[in-house]
Amino acid sequence: MTEPSFGRLPGAFTTPGIGSFADFLGLHAPDLLPGRRTPPAHHIEAPHGTTIVAVTSAASVVMAGDRRATMGMTIAQRDIEKVFQADEYSCVGIAGTAGIAIEMVRLFQVELEHYEKLEGSTLSLEGKANRLSTMIRGNLGMAMQGLAVVPLFAGWDLEGAIGRVFSYDVTGGRYEEFSYHSVGSGSLHARGALKKRYREDMTSAETVRIAVEALYDAADEDAATGGPDLVRKIYPVVAEVSADGFRRLPDADIGTVVEEIVAARYANPGG
Amino acid sequence: MSMPFYVSPEQVMKDRADYARKGIARGRSVLVLSYADGILFVAENPSSALHKVSEIYDRIAFAAVGKYNEFETLRTAGVRHADLKGYSYDRGDVTGRALANLYAQHLGTIFTENQKPYEVEIVVAEVGESPDDDQIYRLTYDGSVADERDVVAMGGEAEPLSTYLKEHHKPGLPLAQAMQLALKTLTSTGDRALTPEQLEVAVLDRTRPRRKFKRLADPQVATLLAAKK
Repeated sequence: MTEPSFGRLPGAFTTPGIGSFADFLGLHAPDLLPGRRTPPAHHIEAPHGTTIVAVTSAASVVMAGDRRATMGMTIAQRDIEKVFQADEYSCVGIAGTAGIAIEMVRLFQVELEHYEKLEGSTLSLEGKANRLSTMIRGNLGMAMQGLAVVPLFAGWDLEGAIGRVFSYDVTGGRYEEFSYHSVGSGSLHARGALKKRYREDMTSAETVRIAVEALYDAADEDAATGGPDLVRKIYPVVAEVSADGFRRLPDADIGTVVEEIVAARYANPGG
Repeated sequence: MSMPFYVSPEQVMKDRADYARKGIARGRSVLVLSYADGILFVAENPSSALHKVSEIYDRIAFAAVGKYNEFETLRTAGVRHADLKGYSYDRGDVTGRALANLYAQHLGTIFTENQKPYEVEIVVAEVGESPDDDQIYRLTYDGSVADERDVVAMGGEAEPLSTYLKEHHKPGLPLAQAMQLALKTLTSTGDRALTPEQLEVAVLDRTRPRRKFKRLADPQVATLLAAKK
């Protein structure tokens, strides 16, 4: 083996057949991969993100996340964003250790775009969901030290023309969910709310409404989930993915939905 | 023991350059030209799957002529470089200039160290906020870089095409007119007609959100070609 000469690109850049950005990083800059780090020896206190919900309808899939990050008993951030666009036809919401989760989402976003550019075609929705699985699996060592990441992945399946939702466990297990799902500390309460309100024939506006309302119910019962902050106008982040692609709903629209929900709760606090 | 022939370094370099030029001249042409909202790429390419023009990053595109496997290696390396840089720093830190430098180093090293140079000529183009910020870098097989303004023609008949294009191009052309000029240029060296199916067309459009690169499908190209002035 001769050393690559000065000026020439390192071998990892010119190796054919690697469509994955994470695999390229593994060859060229493994220290940039979240999964390659040595887990800390002791438990670490770091901000945690909480509740994400996803609801499907005939026209789209809607994902919403509250805005609170907690660190122990403290609110670490009151306007954190936990729902992200993954690519043109999918989105990902994160629950768990915020720092690692956000890094994972960034890597996931680059991974999808990188594949698309190199291969000239987009990954299938299952392909994307499986890729996220691999990343979560790589984080298992960190999860053992309390730094777990549990995302929720949703997207529009162009072939089947339906919205689909995938949930994960800390070992990277991937499970397709039907109709609706929720992850994070308030997920039990959110799921209970969705179970009572979900109907198959909902319009996309109704889907947004029950997603936001499920977060309201989760915040009602779970200390780590933040309710809508009407004073500061901090509302849940809501994204919708349909055949037209990804769309983040404007804050003003969500503000209106939130005000309707709050007004209705004056008469009936339990919803 | 026989002595190997002495060949002067000048002769070695000249032979390699001739070899690369001949390889490039055999292929069809690619045109790069600025228009009002960005940069237009038009390649004579009957294949709709094997591209000569591709997206590298948000504002950066790549066009090439010559040997497919060689420029495909360069394109792949460019995408990896850009994505790595955008991931380690920020999306805004990825520039066409850095990529052009990287390609120049790589091509230059291969030209001097390898028996066979790359038979390619490439363009790295970056669209800016305004036409003044647009950048077009042209790189040749030996790693030379030229910072071009407005137009580049590469490939088979690069010189006559380039002359024609420079004569007729005006800054700030609307897209339809730029497309029509590109077609006229490609057909200016012989009396043959080209249909949209034989062209690969893409733009870096500064009015688009984040990813500025967009391929134009055959019907869109036909509409542009049919548009009145």
